[in-house]
Amino acid sequence: MKTLKQELKENIIEQLNLEDLAIEDINDDDILFGDGLGLDSIDGLELIVMLDKNYGIKLTDPKEGRAIFESIEVMAKYISENRTK
Amino acid sequence: MSRGVAITGMGIISAIGNNVEENYESLLEGKTGISRVSKIKTIHRDDIMVGEISFTNQELEQQLGLSSDNNYSRAALLGSIAAKQAIVNAGISNINKYKTGLISSNSVGGMDMTEAHFYDYFQNDAIQKYINGHHSGDSSQKIAEQLGLEKSFVTTISTACSSSANAIILGARLIKSGQLDRVIVGGVDCLTKFTINGFKSLMILSDTFNSPFDEDRKGLNLGEASAFLVLESDKVLQAKNKPVLGYVKGYANTKDAYHQTASSDNGDGATLAMEKALKVAQLSSKDITYINAHGTATINNDLSEGRAILRVFGNDVPLFSSTKAYTGHTLAAAGAIEAVYSILALQNNIVFPNLNFKTQMKEFNITPQLELKEKELQTVMSNSFGFGGNCSTVIFSKKQ
Amino acid sequence: MNSNYYISSFCSIKNNTISLNGSMVYSNENMEFLEFIKAAYKSLDTNYPKFFKMDGLSKLAILAAHVLFKNENINQDKDNDIAVVFSNKSSSIDTDRKHQKSIENKDDYYPSPAIFVYTLPNICIGEISIKYKLFSENSFFIFENFSAQHLLDYANSLLSAGKTEKVLCGWVELDGNQYEAYLYLVTKIGTILHSKENIIKFYNT
Repeated sequence: MKTLKQELKENIIEQLNLEDLAIEDINDDDILFGDGLGLDSIDGLELIVMLDKNYGIKLTDPKEGRAIFESIEVMAKYISENRTK
Repeated sequence: MSRGVAITGMGIISAIGNNVEENYESLLEGKTGISRVSKIKTIHRDDIMVGEISFTNQELEQQLGLSSDNNYSRAALLGSIAAKQAIVNAGISNINKYKTGLISSNSVGGMDMTEAHFYDYFQNDAIQKYINGHHSGDSSQKIAEQLGLEKSFVTTISTACSSSANAIILGARLIKSGQLDRVIVGGVDCLTKFTINGFKSLMILSDTFNSPFDEDRKGLNLGEASAFLVLESDKVLQAKNKPVLGYVKGYANTKDAYHQTASSDNGDGATLAMEKALKVAQLSSKDITYINAHGTATINNDLSEGRAILRVFGNDVPLFSSTKAYTGHTLAAAGAIEAVYSILALQNNIVFPNLNFKTQMKEFNITPQLELKEKELQTVMSNSFGFGGNCSTVIFSKKQ
Repeated sequence: MNSNYYISSFCSIKNNTISLNGSMVYSNENMEFLEFIKAAYKSLDTNYPKFFKMDGLSKLAILAAHVLFKNENINQDKDNDIAVVFSNKSSSIDTDRKHQKSIENKDDYYPSPAIFVYTLPNICIGEISIKYKLFSENSFFIFENFSAQHLLDYANSLLSAGKTEKVLCGWVELDGNQYEAYLYLVTKIGTILHSKENIIKFYNT
């Protein structure tokens, strides 16, 4: 699980162009959207693409994404339970 | 002073008809043009529905009498057909007799040919002609040539879904300021894999018939279309006794300043656009008798636009409907085709229904007009809100 | 149109150099465009993290606007009545290509929504509007070449019709490593006349 969370933080920073953030700046339970890391709806869609591309999980409803992307902790748990890659 | 600018001709080709009469018949009959995509090979074929025009490119080329070495994209073909219809409708025999211009618009230019041929350009010299046809301004130039305007003022606006509404606004201003006596304004967009795939990645395409302002709406259907209108100055009208179809009475363009593609929760840009258009028209909200809404059937737009309509009209919301359930969202062409529908509504005193509506949206209690309705109309407001927060409203009137 | 209007400042970004009113504010040769614009962002204290999510055209436009508006002391926390009229030759081709690339391979098919939203030239106006809270009119024209006359007429018309207090006009063009930005602010008071000659003079500066 630890490696997956590290990997997620790296992916998020790269995929979402969060250039002024380092992995150390993201805590496992930081809220990613809204006031937390400030991600927006397009970032949410990019994370859906990332779930498919890197982990083989296909989401069809963008609203599902918001619950899954609450924090790194929640994301990692969901991915380890559902990944096909 | 708010004298409207006269509209003397219209031309249109869309999924619900190949000319004005056919479009009108479909609107009256509630006949949608939405179907599964047939002319584009896309892996999304079974997941989306579109408003596709029935003619193939070959058939369109034949209609225009083009030689086989032409490099017209589907956009240039559709645009030429609609623009030519407009000038015939306006009874124009000598287009250069008065200072005339063309303002066209599109969002993806000749992308259809580029995506079909890109990988073969090096192997096949014969198709390299389409390289020049890709450019956003190319279809405008070709339409100008078709009309005999290649030496006149020709420009291209590219502001996403509000593009052709903005073309109408600019045209009206050029006439009011006396810089041109006549302007042909409008836009075109054809279906492409580029847009299908892009909109799919935003997850705002519906897999079924789009249902604007419906609680269970699932997103938009893309469409292809072109429409052009002829605007003429008082000077031309005095010289030529010709029927006026309606007037561009008011207009406004504003920025939503919220997000690259989503609209603000309370429709700030939309509210400002409608309010400012009323000011330009020197009308109050009570004077509007029908709104042809942008109504794309996305979760975001319909909520945002519905709230904006309430902010502007309060307790007196006029009859409103979106015609996108008929044609799909035709992107840059939307403002122009909906202008044609607004004029048809005015001329015939008829409000077109908002198809596919089943359930009231829970956020507010205004309901679109669900059936065809005869009503004396004096003014129609048409909304077109584009990506980039580019919000445009145009008000059409029966009288100047 | 009888009133006179004025150009209150202008900013150019070309040949890896950023100039304000003809004076260089940043330069860094031997860099490709994306590297250059990022270095300029850092050097000029832009402090706007959304910059990193933007496409090349929007990065170019927002940096030019930043330099110009900073000089004008435009406060980005209050509404500003500034219309925006931009133009270019290549529309959004640079980003269009990236989007096209992401959808061409059936076996590695992952279109990016973050790229797609920039496949329209006017999104760069949207980005500037978001940053500086601009709600006024905006338009984007596609021309073969920079057209001073068109921008002059449009800006004059907006000001004389009382549609706006100021107009930000410009040419923002990007195609790979070929790029050029030229923005200028037209206002009701000032010293440098808003004329076709001056627009072209400053474009060539």
